Amino acid sequence: MIHSLFLINNAGDLFLEKHWKSVISRSVCDYFFEAREKAVEPDNVPPVIRTPHHYLINIYREKIFFVSVIQTEVPPLFVIEFLHRVAETFQDYFGECSESTIKDNVVIVYELLEEMLDNGFPLATESNILKELIRPPTILRSMVNTITGSSNVGETLPTGQLSTIPWRRAGVKYTNNEAYFDVVEEIDAILDKSGTTVFAEIQGVIDACVKLSGMPDLTLSFMNPRLLDDVSFHPCVRYKRWESERVISFVPPDGNFQLMSYHISAQNLVAIPVYVKQNISFFETGSSGRLDITVGPKQTMGKTVEGLVVTVHMPKVVLSANLNATQGTYNYDPVTKILVWDIGKLNPQKLPNLKGSLSLQSGAPKPEENPSLNIDLKIQQLAISGLKVNRLDMYGEKYKPFKGVKYVTKAGKFQVRT
Amino acid sequence: MLNHRFLCRNEDLKEMLESNKESLKLEAMKRIVGLIAKGKNASELFPAVVKNVASKNIELKKLVYVYLVRYAEEQQDLALLSISTFQRALKDPNQLIRASALRVLSSIRVPIIVPIMMLAIKEAATDLSPYVRKTAAHAIQKLYSLDPDQKEHLIEVIEKLLKDKSTLVAGSVVMAFEEVCPDRIDLIHKNYRKLCNLLVDVEEWGQVVIIHMLTRYARTQFVSPWREDAMFDENNEKAFYDSEEERKVEQTKPYIMDPDHRLLLRNTKPLLQSRNTAVVMAVSQLYWHLAPKHELSIITKSLVRLLRSHREVQYVVLQNIATMSIQRKGMFEPFMKSFYVRSTDATHIKTLKLEILTNLANEANISTILREFQTYVKSQDKAFAAATIQAIGRCATNISEVTDTCLNGLVLLLSNRDETVVAESVVVIKKLLQTQPSQHSDIIKHMAKLFDNITVPMARASILWLMGEYCEHVPKIAPDVLRKMAKTFTNEEDIVKLQIVNLAAKLYLTNSKQTKLLTQYILNLGKYDQNYDIRDRTRFIRQLIVPNEKSGALSKYARRILMAPKPAPVLQSAFKDRDRFQLGTLSHTLNSQASGYLELSDWPAVAPDQSVRNVEVVEPAGAPALRKSKTAKSNEKFYSDSEEEEEEEEEGSSSEESVSESESEENSDDSNKSSSSQSEKSSSESDSEKKKKTLKNKKLQQQKPDILIITYLPPQIMQKTLLLIIMTKYILIHIVLSISTQFFVNCMCSLLHLCVFLACQFDVVSWHVHVSLQASSPVFVPETSHELLHRMTGKGLSAQYRFTRQPCIYGNSMVSLQLTLSNSSDQALENIHISEKSSTGQNIHRFNAIERLEPQASVTVSMGVDFNDSTQAANFQLCTKEDEFSVSIQPAVGELLLPITMSEADFTKEQEHRAG
Repeated sequence: MIHSLFLINNAGDLFLEKHWKSVISRSVCDYFFEAREKAVEPDNVPPVIRTPHHYLINIYREKIFFVSVIQTEVPPLFVIEFLHRVAETFQDYFGECSESTIKDNVVIVYELLEEMLDNGFPLATESNILKELIRPPTILRSMVNTITGSSNVGETLPTGQLSTIPWRRAGVKYTNNEAYFDVVEEIDAILDKSGTTVFAEIQGVIDACVKLSGMPDLTLSFMNPRLLDDVSFHPCVRYKRWESERVISFVPPDGNFQLMSYHISAQNLVAIPVYVKQNISFFETGSSGRLDITVGPKQTMGKTVEGLVVTVHMPKVVLSANLNATQGTYNYDPVTKILVWDIGKLNPQKLPNLKGSLSLQSGAPKPEENPSLNIDLKIQQLAISGLKVNRLDMYGEKYKPFKGVKYVTKAGKFQVRT
Repeated sequence: MLNHRFLCRNEDLKEMLESNKESLKLEAMKRIVGLIAKGKNASELFPAVVKNVASKNIELKKLVYVYLVRYAEEQQDLALLSISTFQRALKDPNQLIRASALRVLSSIRVPIIVPIMMLAIKEAATDLSPYVRKTAAHAIQKLYSLDPDQKEHLIEVIEKLLKDKSTLVAGSVVMAFEEVCPDRIDLIHKNYRKLCNLLVDVEEWGQVVIIHMLTRYARTQFVSPWREDAMFDENNEKAFYDSEEERKVEQTKPYIMDPDHRLLLRNTKPLLQSRNTAVVMAVSQLYWHLAPKHELSIITKSLVRLLRSHREVQYVVLQNIATMSIQRKGMFEPFMKSFYVRSTDATHIKTLKLEILTNLANEANISTILREFQTYVKSQDKAFAAATIQAIGRCATNISEVTDTCLNGLVLLLSNRDETVVAESVVVIKKLLQTQPSQHSDIIKHMAKLFDNITVPMARASILWLMGEYCEHVPKIAPDVLRKMAKTFTNEEDIVKLQIVNLAAKLYLTNSKQTKLLTQYILNLGKYDQNYDIRDRTRFIRQLIVPNEKSGALSKYARRILMAPKPAPVLQSAFKDRDRFQLGTLSHTLNSQASGYLELSDWPAVAPDQSVRNVEVVEPAGAPALRKSKTAKSNEKFYSDSEEEEEEEEEGSSSEESVSESESEENSDDSNKSSSSQSEKSSSESDSEKKKKTLKNKKLQQQKPDILIITYLPPQIMQKTLLLIIMTKYILIHIVLSISTQFFVNCMCSLLHLCVFLACQFDVVSWHVHVSLQASSPVFVPETSHELLHRMTGKGLSAQYRFTRQPCIYGNSMVSLQLTLSNSSDQALENIHISEKSSTGQNIHRFNAIERLEPQASVTVSMGVDFNDSTQAANFQLCTKEDEFSVSIQPAVGELLLPITMSEADFTKEQEHRAG
């Protein structure tokens, strides 16, 4: 299936190659470079590229292109999903997935890639199994390794690989048994010029950090499961029980994982936590423009809005911005043409405002369209949909775990058209 | 110099490898792997590296493997040195070592070792460890690509591995099947149901492969569910499952879905909730290609969910939605807003979303869509704005109500500042006007006015073409435009020049008085143009329109040739015929056949023999000892019934899955008992790692199903429910109990005890039953009887049986049965009895032989069968004087139980004893 993998950085340097079948010359990437050039923006590179003898399927993540070489028919999503899984594994192992960390840990990267695919077919992709096979690097271990000459390759057979619950390793032991769940909801919305909602929906995920000994069997129930419209689960969740009882029953993986993601049914009205009053105008003459943005709270359910950031992708002709912010700081990058206004906490008594002038390239025609604003925000201790976890029960183990649930609401793709 | 230094470095690597210190060797290997990763050549170190292949240090060994696999192909002779190590490792007691040895051995692409590989694969395919068998499945593909001549032998191995019941193996072997022999569909028949049932528990990558393979398989084996009158709903299906008698009648109905077809759809559905986008897409395409049209809607939500994922995922999913939305607008219309474009989307995502929105447009939503399009037209991304204008054009042609609105909107865009927008508008307006040959002279006039400001050649050419085509509508303006063009002719682009010549010719024919000289001037300019196309065209036009002696008969028809009504261009989606490819495939994404693409066949007109999928179910080889699972034998005669049995049984017995469904229905017979119905609705999907129990009820009786309970972990609750129900009501419980690991044995024991003890009809004292249990009389005894022997097969003798639900008089462990024998032949039957040899080993208390049964007479006898607390069918021979007929009785677990009455205090006491 997957023949080879090439990692290419933003500058077009090929810095790692791995082959699972016969070696394919790296010149195959020339077709990719061609497409990359044509696309201008890295985001616009088509994910599937055809060459005379091969197909290149690529993803772009953390400023790295993962380019895989395919020779025969294969579902493209299969490859794309796998490449993302590779990137996530790197992130999991090294804290971040960047060119420098990959170069620094090239041996582990190679060992991982070797285990993840056999003859191009995924073999072990569960992080729990991989971690048993190849231990992630830590400062302490690498020091010990250099002194004692011991290795970071596991000596034992990963038990998970053989069991039917490959996501959990056997013999987990903790002195403090804890299970934490984060309910994170994101509001995706498009608001039009006048502030009316064109489109809004809520998507949520439940992230879990479970550190429980033995083989616990957990059941999570909601106060209002009817809210959930569409769900997708980690493989550990028993779908049948969800169907019949609307509870989430599972034997958890060890450590951090995403338990489920969900979508709130469309019948529920989406509360929009902030409103934006904006006025951006470009003058016909004098190659300048004016910008005036005010943000205020709308439906926040009595909670404070934090981490408020407004991002504006300015038209190409905007050279610089001379603005004045009543709260927070702003920054205009003349290269990427992105204006970022970092507000922070929203104070309902004193609304933050950003005002000032923009200077345009002289002689160029004024931009046709006003740029849209992207809003980022965070509200702690609130799930905007009203979803509430009822209880968490544990079976199969005797001890009493410590349990906790946290709610956060964030802005997802929250866009205001102007 | 550089080369020299490189050599030096390799020298010291060689030294390090040859040293005695493990740490030095490891360090050297790490550096070598670094070289390989960078794509540098390290092949000259081969001899030094290969020596370490038998190293004790696992990390060192693994790195050597990495190196070996990379360079063995180039250094075949030296690679052979390492083979013996792997051969030895293949016999290692540790399964991990066996597996990794096979992995590396099969990855060494050296043709000489093909026989060794073949042998190793054959051996590994029968290995006890499923992990090693999985590796064998992978090795099959490697060997096949190395030496395709081994195909026949490999197919044998594949056939063997396909029978494997482990979820670990399933995905890999199907992958090998797809690669080596995708046309050998006959290998799948026997494994079809098993694969369907295992699917949920196979790892996600295997799921994708299996689903794609099963889609192709189903297309060859089942008839199309898409027929006109194929109204097939859930009720219909149930009726089919339940009614064995009516089966034949039902078959005459227009369409009945094959139960295996339904099985596939049912078992893949939960996977729509998978976190893996490839799995969701695979199930979606399966539904698209296999499900009845009215069931398709369930995939919509899941596909829309995928749009939240990464950019690349969005790209592929949107493409598939685009293809789907052409054929079935209704599916995605409620989710229209999910396809609204954001300014931060990548361009190819934007255009795909636009495509889908256009496909979804209809009379009802067009105003919303057009309003949305208005925002897009203003986008800074000009390519996208142009695409939007084309989309508006398509909406305008498809929905006649809005054609005028769209046209007006586009005309407004003509005064847009941006040139690409204007140009695109002109081109689209041209197409629109062409489809609407009514009076649009205003728009043409307007465009003529704008003409001077438009510089994009395509747009200019379009306007000129419009002028010429409709010159009769604008008799005054057209000649004036031609005059202007004559002045600028030499500076125009080729495409514009051609249209100028065209316009001149058309005007010459309609209005020769005003334009004769102009035309001749232009034709002269064209005659000496640099471009040969233009010179050719000029020459042709001159001969056609200017009559002289040389011109033949053609010029008479000049007007008819040039001014002929032209068919309007059809504006249609680029995804129009993408559905010729299976959705979700690479070929679909590329819109051209990728190598190795396997065509999806059309539905067969007549379904092939469905009995090929019947399997004799055997106990899985590696079944844990503690498990109590039941197997059912399929029986030709009870086809539909036993079919379903078997299906359910398999779900239970395949150790990976247990599915249970529950329902409870109030028994109408006992009105005096209040709140007597207990139901515990739950279901489980559990794994052999955990304790697993499924109490499964089956509706034995069509009219009056009893209670049906399902209980799942934890044991305490389970016990309570179970006993409560027993106390209050007659129950039917279908118990499939499987435990796999020692881990939960303790907790399980109580449950196991309980179940066994129930099944033993409370007469086994070894469970320390201190309470005297009294069997209560059944509240309800079903009247329905089951067919044992049909009169056709029985040569006139027919037999029916029913469970009486009474304690059996023949023995405590026996279940009492009532047998009705009737003679429908025209001769009397003599000496009807049960043969002495009972085939399955159950203890059967036979009824006394019936001496003589007159024609049309019937007799009822009772007998007892000891089912050994299993649902194993009791097979025996029913004999007459002349013949012997093999028959079988398949009990449901519920029939094996004895009802008891118990006080609550006793119950509590009893419960304490079972606490485990």
